[in-house]
Amino acid sequence: MKSPFRPEVIPDKAVLDDHKPLIRSLERRGLIRGGLSLGSLAMLTGCDVERPDAVESALLAISRFNDGVQALLFDPRKLAPTYPASMILRPAKFNAYYDVTEVKPVNGESWRLDLSGLIADKRPWTLGQLQALPQSSMVIKHICVEGWSYIGGWSGVRLATFLEHIGADLRAKYVAFKTADDYPSSIDMATALHPQTLLALRYGDEPLADPFGFPVRLRMATKLGYKNPKWVTALEVTNTYPGGFWEERGFPWFAGL
Amino acid sequence: MDQAKDAPTAASSAAPAGRRLHPLPIRIMHWVNAAAMLVMITSGWGIYNDDVIIRGFIFGSFWRLGDWAAWSLNWHFAGMWFLVVNGLAYLIYGFATGRLREKLLPIRMSELVHTVIDTLHFKIAHDDITIYNAVQKLLYIIVILAGIAQVVTGLAIWKPVQFSGLVSLLGGFQSARVLHFIGMAVIVGFLVVHVALALLVPRTLWAMLSGGPRLAGRKEPHPSSGHAT
Repeated sequence: MKSPFRPEVIPDKAVLDDHKPLIRSLERRGLIRGGLSLGSLAMLTGCDVERPDAVESALLAISRFNDGVQALLFDPRKLAPTYPASMILRPAKFNAYYDVTEVKPVNGESWRLDLSGLIADKRPWTLGQLQALPQSSMVIKHICVEGWSYIGGWSGVRLATFLEHIGADLRAKYVAFKTADDYPSSIDMATALHPQTLLALRYGDEPLADPFGFPVRLRMATKLGYKNPKWVTALEVTNTYPGGFWEERGFPWFAGL
Repeated sequence: MDQAKDAPTAASSAAPAGRRLHPLPIRIMHWVNAAAMLVMITSGWGIYNDDVIIRGFIFGSFWRLGDWAAWSLNWHFAGMWFLVVNGLAYLIYGFATGRLREKLLPIRMSELVHTVIDTLHFKIAHDDITIYNAVQKLLYIIVILAGIAQVVTGLAIWKPVQFSGLVSLLGGFQSARVLHFIGMAVIVGFLVVHVALALLVPRTLWAMLSGGPRLAGRKEPHPSSGHAT
């Protein structure tokens, strides 16, 4: 749309060229002045101008309160809508805190899943062992906190099945994950035991492709995209709040759908 | 028609003597809502930028609350409590005291047309700020409904699995998002008109701070006597 502040008749280009140095110097001076006063204000208050400490901690306190409300709203028996396999987006949409060209593939042969915390049998798992467990499939909507969404088809081992298999304490509060791309994450036990929470090994009919977390990633139908770590290398069951990559940067922890 | 006209005036004459145009609870709820709405709108603009709905259209940093998406989200999820709790209190108060019906009904088509024509002729003087003209009534009803719609569509995009029935009623997750955006646009459109008129007729702004003129003892108002003639 045309801006109402633009003149009806565009001035001659020569006029603009004539005044260019003057406009430049004005902008530069304004920028320096603005930068100085903004900087000194920040130094005076000793904190971020945009986000003072008191405001930040109040917002985080409400965010933690909202985590509790979201846990109450979460119905462990409520299933997310599923879709026909024909609607699966191929390939899946890649998203991470870095570009797809920086993905470092993981070797499936040497890959191990390390276990720790409130688990009876902490022996590490191989990909073959996971493939030997009963497999489940789901075609679900991936919803990103940014607003976009797509339909993906995931297969693998239900996390509930896996946790029972290794003798995890199912009354613990959290299940935490570590990954090959340094993207720690954690979820509540209720979501971990939800039937649409998978340790996913396949997308569509194929093993996971490298950018999407080969050999194993977490995939949940009931949480926002950023709660689903790829290239999972370690799993811990704990009662101590583990946090996560985006959570440490201010994003909400529960992030339930 | 006479009965419909008499009902609100009966309610206002039964009110305690000396009641002001905007009783204290209304004034508090108005300004809490104003702050909450601004927080919701400007933090929503910060969230919007990460996945734009209108291609090529983003909100500049001056207009956004929160220096990046995480903090815009935190503002939005904090502001929502103030908006919802205050909005519920307003609706309960408005229905219980009869204020909503008294101030916003009835709306007559002929009066609506008349007021629009007057406004187009720049006759927008408010002789009596205690009575809303048909256009005002309609705009207030629209913005109250838009506010309720924002809570419903907001709930759908916040919890699309827990409220999956609501989401499919709204035509899916992405269409619920677009509806949430349209609801914002309606409210912002209202705000522009509302603030401009309050500044043009500063008595109305002062009334929302101090309470405005006392209503007791006033002659039975005729619904069409409020707007400019």
